[in-house]
Amino acid sequence: MSESHTAEHTHHELGFIRKYIFSTDHKIIGIQYMITAMAMAVVGGFLSMLMRYQLAWPTTLSPNMAKLFPTAWAGGIMAPEFYISLVTMHGTIMVFFLFTAVLTGGFGNFLIPLQIGARDMAFPFLNALSYWIFLVSCVVIFSALFVQTGAPMGGWTSYAPLSALPAAAPGQGTGVTLWITAIALFSASGLMGGLNYITTILTMRTRGLSMMRLPLTQWSLLVTSVLGLLAFPVLLGAAILLTFDRVGGTSFFVPAGVIMNGLPVDHSGGHPLLWQHLFWFFGHPEVYIVVLPAMGMASDILSTFCRKPIFSYRMMVYSMVAIAALSFIVWGHHMFVSGMNPFLGSVFTLTTLLIAVPSAVKTFNWLGTVWGARIRFTAAGLFSIGFVSMFVSGGLSGIFLGTSAADIQLQDTYFVVAHFHLVMAIAPLFAAFGGIYFWFPKMFGRFMNETLGKAHFWLSFIGAYCVFFPMHILGIGGQMRRIYDPTQYLFLQAQQPVNVFITLAAFVLGASQLIFLLNFFISIFAGKRALDNNPWQATGLEWTVPCPTGHGNFGEELPVVHRWPFDYSVPGEKEDFIPQTVPATATAKH
Amino acid sequence: MADGTGPGRITLSGVVLAGLLLVLIIVSLYFFIAQPFWFPKLASEHGAKIDSLFMAVLVVSGIAFILVQGALGYFVARYGESGTERAEYWHDNPKAEAFLLILTAVILTVLVFMGQRVWASIYFADAPKNATIIQVTGEQFAWNFHYAGPDGQFGRTDTKLITGTNPIGLDRSDPNAKDDVLSIGVMHAPVGKPVRVQLRSKDVIHSFFLPNFRMKQDAVPGMAIEVWFTPTLTGQYEVACAELCGLGHYRMKAAFTVDESQDAFNKWLEEAGKQ
Repeated sequence: MSESHTAEHTHHELGFIRKYIFSTDHKIIGIQYMITAMAMAVVGGFLSMLMRYQLAWPTTLSPNMAKLFPTAWAGGIMAPEFYISLVTMHGTIMVFFLFTAVLTGGFGNFLIPLQIGARDMAFPFLNALSYWIFLVSCVVIFSALFVQTGAPMGGWTSYAPLSALPAAAPGQGTGVTLWITAIALFSASGLMGGLNYITTILTMRTRGLSMMRLPLTQWSLLVTSVLGLLAFPVLLGAAILLTFDRVGGTSFFVPAGVIMNGLPVDHSGGHPLLWQHLFWFFGHPEVYIVVLPAMGMASDILSTFCRKPIFSYRMMVYSMVAIAALSFIVWGHHMFVSGMNPFLGSVFTLTTLLIAVPSAVKTFNWLGTVWGARIRFTAAGLFSIGFVSMFVSGGLSGIFLGTSAADIQLQDTYFVVAHFHLVMAIAPLFAAFGGIYFWFPKMFGRFMNETLGKAHFWLSFIGAYCVFFPMHILGIGGQMRRIYDPTQYLFLQAQQPVNVFITLAAFVLGASQLIFLLNFFISIFAGKRALDNNPWQATGLEWTVPCPTGHGNFGEELPVVHRWPFDYSVPGEKEDFIPQTVPATATAKH
Repeated sequence: MADGTGPGRITLSGVVLAGLLLVLIIVSLYFFIAQPFWFPKLASEHGAKIDSLFMAVLVVSGIAFILVQGALGYFVARYGESGTERAEYWHDNPKAEAFLLILTAVILTVLVFMGQRVWASIYFADAPKNATIIQVTGEQFAWNFHYAGPDGQFGRTDTKLITGTNPIGLDRSDPNAKDDVLSIGVMHAPVGKPVRVQLRSKDVIHSFFLPNFRMKQDAVPGMAIEVWFTPTLTGQYEVACAELCGLGHYRMKAAFTVDESQDAFNKWLEEAGKQ
């Protein structure tokens, strides 16, 4: 390390702007990612509330809504095209700008150097650049909501030719152009981040910190970064090809003979399924880009509050690697009824059920961690337990969808919506909440309020199950996704009360997130001070430095690691936790 | 009682969380066994196989669901923090891990094979020769049904001939087209006889969804995709679009009548041909 990277007390003071705005400090960048993603979550969450309102009372006149949204809700009836743009924007914002951003951008930046004993990322400037490009992509996607002809309407998957032909729907002109721009910027930002994370974790671990001594959070971020580095270029490439089709007169995704609004379209030779193959080749790894860091963080937090080592660390690592590798050969399960050769359907069924094996291994290991534990029910601990429950509930419904023959009926219904919300929205959200309650003192030097945190957990846990579990029932009944008014169909009318129930539960779930936001922002300034470096009695390197941690993270000397991060309740030891920096003794060898 | 030999403490948080998980298990058992809301009434031959496959997966995943959520609930209720008492210290059990891994793999392999038998019976079997053939063309936001008529020969279609009054571009100069029947939004087929559906789309991707017949297939522009099924119950059913296709996606539906006999179907075809 050069002299410019020495301890905080020798570091020259930066002004407010350089310290908190245009910072190259990984911790500040992580917090910037987190707060930006939270702002996007508020937008994405609000859109889902409007969707739920419409689904519960599709034919009820609502003059109040007409006042709030004079064009979209003209005459008290929501415009169908507005509903589809809500669907599209909600999905896009949540998948990319909340989950991917907060888990890898937020926690990745904040935790990597702190947990591996480094002073910063390998490329601090690139790191800052990745945040600023991410911020621009957020502004671009947000602006799509205000396009006069409408926000994009192709769903977050933007299937061609609906996305390739601007005439296909009102929002498919400027709306989709902004969508593509935002996704391209986001991909570029993600690539910079991923490159940085991999380099940092592989080359900057402190002395003694071998790979098999890394916290699972670090393993998950490493594996996720590799996934991102391989998957995002495919999305970026597909987005560029889509742009060529839209403005350059090419035909990658549009076949000959298409008639749009009664007029022949001047394209020939493209194939709509090519977009789906490219999109899902990215899209399925993307699911794991969201889920893996959540698994890693939840594992570490669970172990800390169970006061017990994670069960089978090695299998946890191997299963993450296995999930990542398999995630590149399962994409076709999104396409069983797409017109893809049915023989491929058989292959993708096999690979999909194969990926359930490492996921099941992880579930057993979390159970093994809680078994015989001494659980401290903090907000962070509760959310990590909630993660396990949600992941299991969401994961099991994947077996139905992965079995191609059963998927025929369930594809594109609310069964799919229930599945992916539980497994890749609620479960990661719970892990992220756990992570925020857990690392908040390290970020801001203060605690979040535990009572409010627990209230937030109980309402979220009950709310999430009440919202997403009944969606399986709707899907079995046949309710299609992205439908503006399910009561149009006779066969769906009997189950409309379920839609009303879900909407009421969604309002409770949505409102309970306000408790979290209030708690978060008030605690930054007025939370109880964290005077101890290690308030949770945890073992990781980040708990050896002050809350909040100064620039450069560690003192004059970088820490030396002597053991794995899971030495909780070691028999014969004085304390029930042994930090990674404590030298090995005869009683505890790792 | 240090070092993990004690019983742990039953805490309020643990019991509440366990209680919620128990409620989750009981409520899901009720909904999946009493089935107050369930699949639309089954009306096709192959649909029975899909439904029983669904039930097989439901039993397997349901058992896993109850065991895992139940164990999680039991552990959180049982193992709360208790004074200075320590958690148990063990973190590996290769035999148990190998056993669970192999068990999971075996169960999933069985499900794969069960599922693939059903999949193969639907997709890898040719439609019987006596099938009713319907050419279905999706467009924003309607379903067009094209029947060959008494001669059994479909007239030529060409997208260049598509106009407001000729939605599928049927070439009326083709002798085979003379007795062809085109029906918009209304589909008929006789009961007990296979139906071959040849799917196309004029514009964007649609999905031909017959909930009662356990039938769903995307209609992709530039592709002609064939699927077949055998209706087993007469009556009126709905056809839906299951793939987002634009602002009218939610109302892209059609009516499907399964006629009680070939004669009744022929009679409808004759009537429809006159229009």
